[in-house]
Amino acid sequence: MSTPTVLMGAVAYDPKVVTIWEGFRAWLRGRGLDFDFVLYSHYERQVEDLVAGRIDAAWNSPLAWLRAERLAAANGTAVRALTMRDTDQDLTSIVVVRADSPVRQVADLAGMLVAVGAVDSPQATLIPLGHLAAAGVEVDVRRFDVGVGLHGDHIGGERDAARALVAGEVDAACMIDANHLAFVQEGTLPPEGTRIIAQTARYDHCNMTVRQPESAGVRLFGTLLLGMSYADPQVRPLLDLEGLTAWKDGRTTGYDLLARAVDATGFFSPDGRVTATDYRP
Amino acid sequence: MSAAPAADVEVHLGDLGFGRGAHLLVQRALAGLPPGGRLAVSGRDPALPVHLPAWCRGRGHRVEWPALGDRSELVAVVVRGTADDDRWFGAERAGPALPSALSSRPPARWGLGARGALLEAGGPEARFDLDDRDLVWADVAPHLYAQAAARQWDPQTAVPWADPFALPADVEAAVVQVMTYLVENEQAALVVPARFVGRIHPHFREVVQLLAVQMADEARHMEVFSRRALLRGTELGTSSAGGRHSLFTLVAESDFALASFLLSVLGEGSFVDLLSFLHQNAPDPVTRRVCWLAMQDERRHVVFGMAHLEHQAQLDPLLRDRLRAAIHRRHDALVDTAGLNADVFDALVVLAAGGWHPDDVSAGFDRVQALQHAMDQGRQRRLVRLGFRPDEAAALSALHTRNFM
Repeated sequence: MSTPTVLMGAVAYDPKVVTIWEGFRAWLRGRGLDFDFVLYSHYERQVEDLVAGRIDAAWNSPLAWLRAERLAAANGTAVRALTMRDTDQDLTSIVVVRADSPVRQVADLAGMLVAVGAVDSPQATLIPLGHLAAAGVEVDVRRFDVGVGLHGDHIGGERDAARALVAGEVDAACMIDANHLAFVQEGTLPPEGTRIIAQTARYDHCNMTVRQPESAGVRLFGTLLLGMSYADPQVRPLLDLEGLTAWKDGRTTGYDLLARAVDATGFFSPDGRVTATDYRP
Repeated sequence: MSAAPAADVEVHLGDLGFGRGAHLLVQRALAGLPPGGRLAVSGRDPALPVHLPAWCRGRGHRVEWPALGDRSELVAVVVRGTADDDRWFGAERAGPALPSALSSRPPARWGLGARGALLEAGGPEARFDLDDRDLVWADVAPHLYAQAAARQWDPQTAVPWADPFALPADVEAAVVQVMTYLVENEQAALVVPARFVGRIHPHFREVVQLLAVQMADEARHMEVFSRRALLRGTELGTSSAGGRHSLFTLVAESDFALASFLLSVLGEGSFVDLLSFLHQNAPDPVTRRVCWLAMQDERRHVVFGMAHLEHQAQLDPLLRDRLRAAIHRRHDALVDTAGLNADVFDALVVLAAGGWHPDDVSAGFDRVQALQHAMDQGRQRRLVRLGFRPDEAAALSALHTRNFM
């Protein structure tokens, strides 16, 4: 019987992606899976290649997951979330104002200028703007398009939005909960200089998307990922770099907020085409 | 209304937020719980409901929320995950912290971890090839290091550079020549330990520290000898090819025990006698002082070299064979060289003569011969302490390089 194989796509949003997946590759190969990966410069080509069968798995952003799901359905096939990181579950985004701002609640933001991340950032643009829209609040938006095509994996847009808030250039800024804490701890935001006026419902982030039906290699891939232990000194540094302590079974119940935002803004068409007019990955 | 989630312990953060270190209190409270243990976290910082779960998510802890409408200050119940324990699974102490119970062969995986620290598993295998306690250690090393560190002196203030004196030109030239020779030798004495410091396993840190201070000693010696040489002029004396050849055989020795034997026990030991001679015969206060200061340091270097070789000689009866062979090898390598720079020998006679009357020169010559005799006697004494028979010690001492060092 031949060795099970998997070719996975990952987006090179940071040089550490090479370190992480080269390390995982050695670990997976040592356990009987002929694993390799290819790097993409943005998520759109990765999703298209997954659905076209050119790769077996895609380490996908939540936005890339939604597009893969739609493209596959339009193609008469299906995809599944094989695994996700423990840190991908139950995230929230928040809207922040300066501590001395007259804004007390979301409604007070009407007509004000709100900083967001890149056009394709689920956590710093699409989901929080969807939250404001759902509350019936119309705002002016100042976007910080850093790393477009990386679906918000690059933190630069969120950080620039936070800086614009501190500089008084905007009335509010949107970011993921963990980045608010990180920005406070690193000094981008003064410790008591901001106030959180809105928090979205919980949603999920990345997942390892695979085509269905799954090959023996993909099944083994899922089993091996779930078996990675934080107590294993060989993989622990890689898990630290990738920002997880354990892989979990993939779930797709946490993407509704983003799907609604995608539909409301027409970011993707129902059949998975990119329809956002100002999105150039 | 449903009750708040049950908890084993609780922590109250008051007004403290995660932006100002609240995580430390949460972490401390969690540390007392087993995985699965439950910690109720209360606090008034408005950002807590956002920051606490974000922080927990990154560390593998789960959170449970109070019921809607809960009016207490309870923010959430944190269910302790396993990541903190998993990180330290397989961790080990890098030996005992104190030098009284050193590991005889510290493993490469301890690497640059501080001796006695709890090491997370999975670090680099750092290869320090001098990793045998018996090859590098001496029980006196911590004491010597402390003493050496306490006795560092400032070249600027420890020497009376501005004291008035005037020497006849030929006496000044003799001082310059001797200083030139000393600088050259101290350069070698700095480079030799430098080549070993990076090879000694950090577990034996007191030895590394001692050698580092020893190098700092040599650096100061080079400075004060150079400065004395240039105190009244702009040029240094001569450097013979044979002298440099002799010193290079020291630098090229790659065996730690043999290098310390040749450098510290034989070379620096002889050097202490030379510096003592110069201190007694110096024609000016600056020369007298720099030689005295250097001599104090060199004595310490000899003590360490002797201590660790004595320790090793007790454990390894074959060590003396290796030491004997090293002396022969160095003698053979230098047999075709002229030995001590003739200019240096002459300068020593001039310094010891103190004048140009034939009787003065004769007396100076005698004093230099007495110096050479003292050097020989010192080497023999140290060789006997290392276990050589007196007659063999005399023969080996005679083979030692005529370059003194």
